[in-house]
Amino acid sequence: MSLAEKYTEEIKAIFVKFPVKRSAVMPLLYLAQREDGYITKESMAEIADMLDLDVTEVASIVGFYTLFHDEKAGKYRMQVCNDLPCALRGADKFLEALCQNLGIKVGETTADGLVTVEAVMCLAACDRAPMFQLQTGDQLTYHEHMTVDRSLELIEALKAGGKEIS
Amino acid sequence: MAYFVLRHRDIPDIKNIETYRKNGGFESLKKVIGSMQAQQVVDEVKASGLRGRGGAGFPTGVKWSFLPNNIWPHYVVCNADESEPGTFKDREIMESNPFQFLEGVAIACYAVGAVEGYIYLRGEFQHIQIFLDQCILEMEKAGLLGDNLFGTKTSLRLKTYLGAGAYICGEETALLESIEGKRGQPRVRPPFPAVVGLYGKPTVINNVETLTNLPMIIEKGAAWYKGLGTEKSAGVKIFSLSGNINNPGNYELPLGTTFRELIFTYGGGIPDGRKLRALMPAGASSSIIRVDESSFDKVMDTKMDYENVQSVGSLLGSASVIVVDDSHSMNWIINKTIRFFEHESCGKCTPCRDGTYWMAHIIERIHAGQSTSADLQLLKSVANQVNGKCLCALGDFSTMAVTTALERFPEDFELPVQIAN
Repeated sequence: MSLAEKYTEEIKAIFVKFPVKRSAVMPLLYLAQREDGYITKESMAEIADMLDLDVTEVASIVGFYTLFHDEKAGKYRMQVCNDLPCALRGADKFLEALCQNLGIKVGETTADGLVTVEAVMCLAACDRAPMFQLQTGDQLTYHEHMTVDRSLELIEALKAGGKEIS
Repeated sequence: MAYFVLRHRDIPDIKNIETYRKNGGFESLKKVIGSMQAQQVVDEVKASGLRGRGGAGFPTGVKWSFLPNNIWPHYVVCNADESEPGTFKDREIMESNPFQFLEGVAIACYAVGAVEGYIYLRGEFQHIQIFLDQCILEMEKAGLLGDNLFGTKTSLRLKTYLGAGAYICGEETALLESIEGKRGQPRVRPPFPAVVGLYGKPTVINNVETLTNLPMIIEKGAAWYKGLGTEKSAGVKIFSLSGNINNPGNYELPLGTTFRELIFTYGGGIPDGRKLRALMPAGASSSIIRVDESSFDKVMDTKMDYENVQSVGSLLGSASVIVVDDSHSMNWIINKTIRFFEHESCGKCTPCRDGTYWMAHIIERIHAGQSTSADLQLLKSVANQVNGKCLCALGDFSTMAVTTALERFPEDFELPVQIAN
């Protein structure tokens, strides 16, 4: 189903918000990412048509911003900040131990396809490290003051389809 | 002392619109729209000495006065892209004291004759966008945004725009590009945004903390505000304290508070009996201040304001103070900072795009203990060739920590380099 069919009302609301059509590109890309956690070539083409842009232009925007993805990953992206302030508070060790427990390397996905662990740049939570954001579809949640145990509990809860802990 | 910006610490429920109103909320907006000319608001803010809190420290009222009066519409854009490693103050303001912030945006709009104000949030602040959208709706329902405000012909509307992960969008022209639906790459200046800004119209871009100061400047007056802080650095500032410190967090203090007070009185000192080794007062973009026995007192007694931090070889920037203890090597520190800038370089101009790439690779070699003395010379040379030659400040920022680490901590780069974190 096309985006226009799936999200008719939301797309209308996005177009009303801005005086220039092209400003809708990022909100539309978030919509396109909602269901599968990444943006398909078909969606990019559809957005390009809606905005009278070249599809290459839309793809370049997807490539430029780190929260947009053009490839499938785990259902949840666990994005651990290991930038300097977090690293001074143990983020590198946290990330290493977390991956070890999950039996994956940074950038890889658990065998069940549930979680991809990634290292990312500063998330404005330096005083609450170790921390990560959990991205799924077009949704993001922050998880701060984390330990490996609490992270594994969270993953278990996600596996069970339970409510996320924070 | 009472809080002025982080008022939720005195009044926890201030994110509730009724609580905010009971505590004098929106009186300043009413005052400017109901009884002041736009120029009077600009003059009052100029007289207050308020300077931009995003990092550059440019006088806010002066910035506003650059907008031409013969090109319309004007736009106000709030920079809520807070992404400097070590900075997490705007987030706390918006999460906990949203109405004072939004009132500030509205006051800025009135001052420059803008009907529309945009708030550009980094993509990771999605939860804040959802929250602010609710707050804006409540203000509209209460007749605090919309048309014919306070019985006048003034109209004001605020909108949020969500980025999607890019440090460079904190650079003001990259931010405008992003709202316009493009890759966030800085524009060549001139023309400056004050003349050709958002959608090609005159635009003022202010930081969240800067704008949140406005309601109290209007309420209590420029003279009162100027009485806080130091002569050239007026007012209060939020210091984001992170790294090797017992009590990390945000501290609202008058400008001119010393490093000693921030780190030892409020921050509780360095954990695990370690010694302070270095300070980065402007996040990853800092020139690194060396703290050792001979410089300890001089650094600790330095006042944190726009002028005095320079006397110890750094800048205040956004006041994101990263504390580093003596268990860390500078070759590890700059390996972290350069990775950040290499990742965040937008790729538009060659010195930054290629310079950060080469610096990252050389520093990785150094940090891995695989460097030769030629590498150090090469690193200095690349840093020098980036500095001052880029379209925006990111290129310069990427060299600050590198150059000062090499200069001020030579022992961390002596061959063979000790591998440590």
